[in-house]
Amino acid sequence: MKISGKIYIGIIFAMLYIPILVIIFFSFNSSNSMAVFSGFSLKWYGELFKNDKAIDALVNSLMLAVSSSLIATVLGTAAAVGIYNIKSKRAKTAVMTVTNIPMMNPDIVTGVSIMLLFAFAATLLKLEIFGFFTMLIAHITFNLPYVILCVMPKLKQMDKNLPEAAMDLGCTPLQAFFKAEFFEILPGIATGMLMAFTLSLDDFVISYFAAGESFQTLPIYIYSMTKRRVLPDMNALFSVIFIVIFALLLIRNLMTKDSSNVKKAVNR
Amino acid sequence: MKTKKSLLQRYAASPYMVWSVLFVIAPLLFVIYYAFTDRNGTFSFNNFSRMFSGETPKVFVISLAFAFVSTLICLIIAYPLAYSMIKTKKKTQNMLIMLFMLPMWMNFVLRTYAISFLLEDRGLINQLFTSIGLGQIKLINTSGAVIFGMIYNFLPYMLLPIYSVMSKMDKSLIEASEDLGCNRLHTLTKVILPLSIPGIVSGITMVFVPSVSTFYISQKLGPSDFTLIGDEIETEIKSAAGSYNYGSAISFVLMILIFICLIVMNKFSDEDAQGGMLV
Repeated sequence: MKISGKIYIGIIFAMLYIPILVIIFFSFNSSNSMAVFSGFSLKWYGELFKNDKAIDALVNSLMLAVSSSLIATVLGTAAAVGIYNIKSKRAKTAVMTVTNIPMMNPDIVTGVSIMLLFAFAATLLKLEIFGFFTMLIAHITFNLPYVILCVMPKLKQMDKNLPEAAMDLGCTPLQAFFKAEFFEILPGIATGMLMAFTLSLDDFVISYFAAGESFQTLPIYIYSMTKRRVLPDMNALFSVIFIVIFALLLIRNLMTKDSSNVKKAVNR
Repeated sequence: MKTKKSLLQRYAASPYMVWSVLFVIAPLLFVIYYAFTDRNGTFSFNNFSRMFSGETPKVFVISLAFAFVSTLICLIIAYPLAYSMIKTKKKTQNMLIMLFMLPMWMNFVLRTYAISFLLEDRGLINQLFTSIGLGQIKLINTSGAVIFGMIYNFLPYMLLPIYSVMSKMDKSLIEASEDLGCNRLHTLTKVILPLSIPGIVSGITMVFVPSVSTFYISQKLGPSDFTLIGDEIETEIKSAAGSYNYGSAISFVLMILIFICLIVMNKFSDEDAQGGMLV
């Protein structure tokens, strides 16, 4: 590669990482200055772990991400199987169009629309319903299309004779699904679930509209913190999140490398 | 046996269909309902007449312009970047793509915060400027900061689709064009560029849609009286003084605008894909 290409990659790389590295650097600052480094300390990390609101928000986020991705995976996998088996082409297109709506709509419109539904339900029932369950419904809703789009290609790749063979061997349709088809589409299901989990953990805009006062996720907590004057324990939180993501991506990279090595060995 | 199977499997999608009707279609109907009614629930066009007589059209134009500029700059930055990346070794490519994607996994609120930290009046860049005698320059709360924020946040969305199209490209096509006497520029414009159109189109949509509807970037990095269309929706829906009806009307118009953009973009990429196949 030409040297100019390398320099160019380096410049963009610096642009992306300088803001991140500056925050990580200043998270170890002993004073709360944003520009003068007055000495190394872990003070802000201590503050962070004493901050109940941040810990609560993290627990809420994880709870929501786990439950919404599990439910979306079950519903979405069933949906993919069902849509795959719809015979009428028109009906299939109609369902897929509806599936695409949450992906094409800007998040803010999805958020507003779901909020209006809940606001209407709340006035009808005269109840304060905004909280964990409204968030759960919102997250399942925006996760579902991604699960379906991850499972669908695996169904299309699957050998069509597989379920029939299973049934010829005496399986009921349900058994044929769980004993044969399920293992064929499992990689798609796993990718879909992982994607749903990360999307749910990362979402801010839709959650912001579907959330009530009582239930805060980490992105919403960060939003409310950074709107006002920011304390340096935010920098500590930022660094912790960055390191966790970095480690996870690195592990994933190493794992895919391993599995491709295994494949190579098998092919040999 | 066979009919039983198809029955069972057809029913598998029904929970999802019910879910979609309740939580995708019904909410959108609510947006339309609120957009076309007043506070008392009677049918009216008041929200729209208020929208087009007030400041909102200007805000729409500003939002579209900002999104357009930042999408364009993202494309200008990302295209040569993807091009330089496919020239490296496969191993380096995997590492590079992981490192470029890494910031994308951070929440965009955090990324925006990181930029504001750097651009702050008393932040690191201004300290540097002061120390070399340039004095303090206003960086944060400017339109430039908003554009930079959008580019910083959404650049990976442009890079990924372009890179994945380019890396799947048949290398022998490039060699063939060189053998047939094309120089580097011609190979780029006549072979690589047309083949990477699908990646460019999905990159543009993936940057344009979040840029045009953002509200946090403009609040955190823009001038104090600066509003984008996302800010206006957020204020109407979330603040006590706002009205759901007016907020819904703006959301409705935004949604229609974006759907039109997406349809136009898709037409564009379909035609090109067909053209590419004919070649």
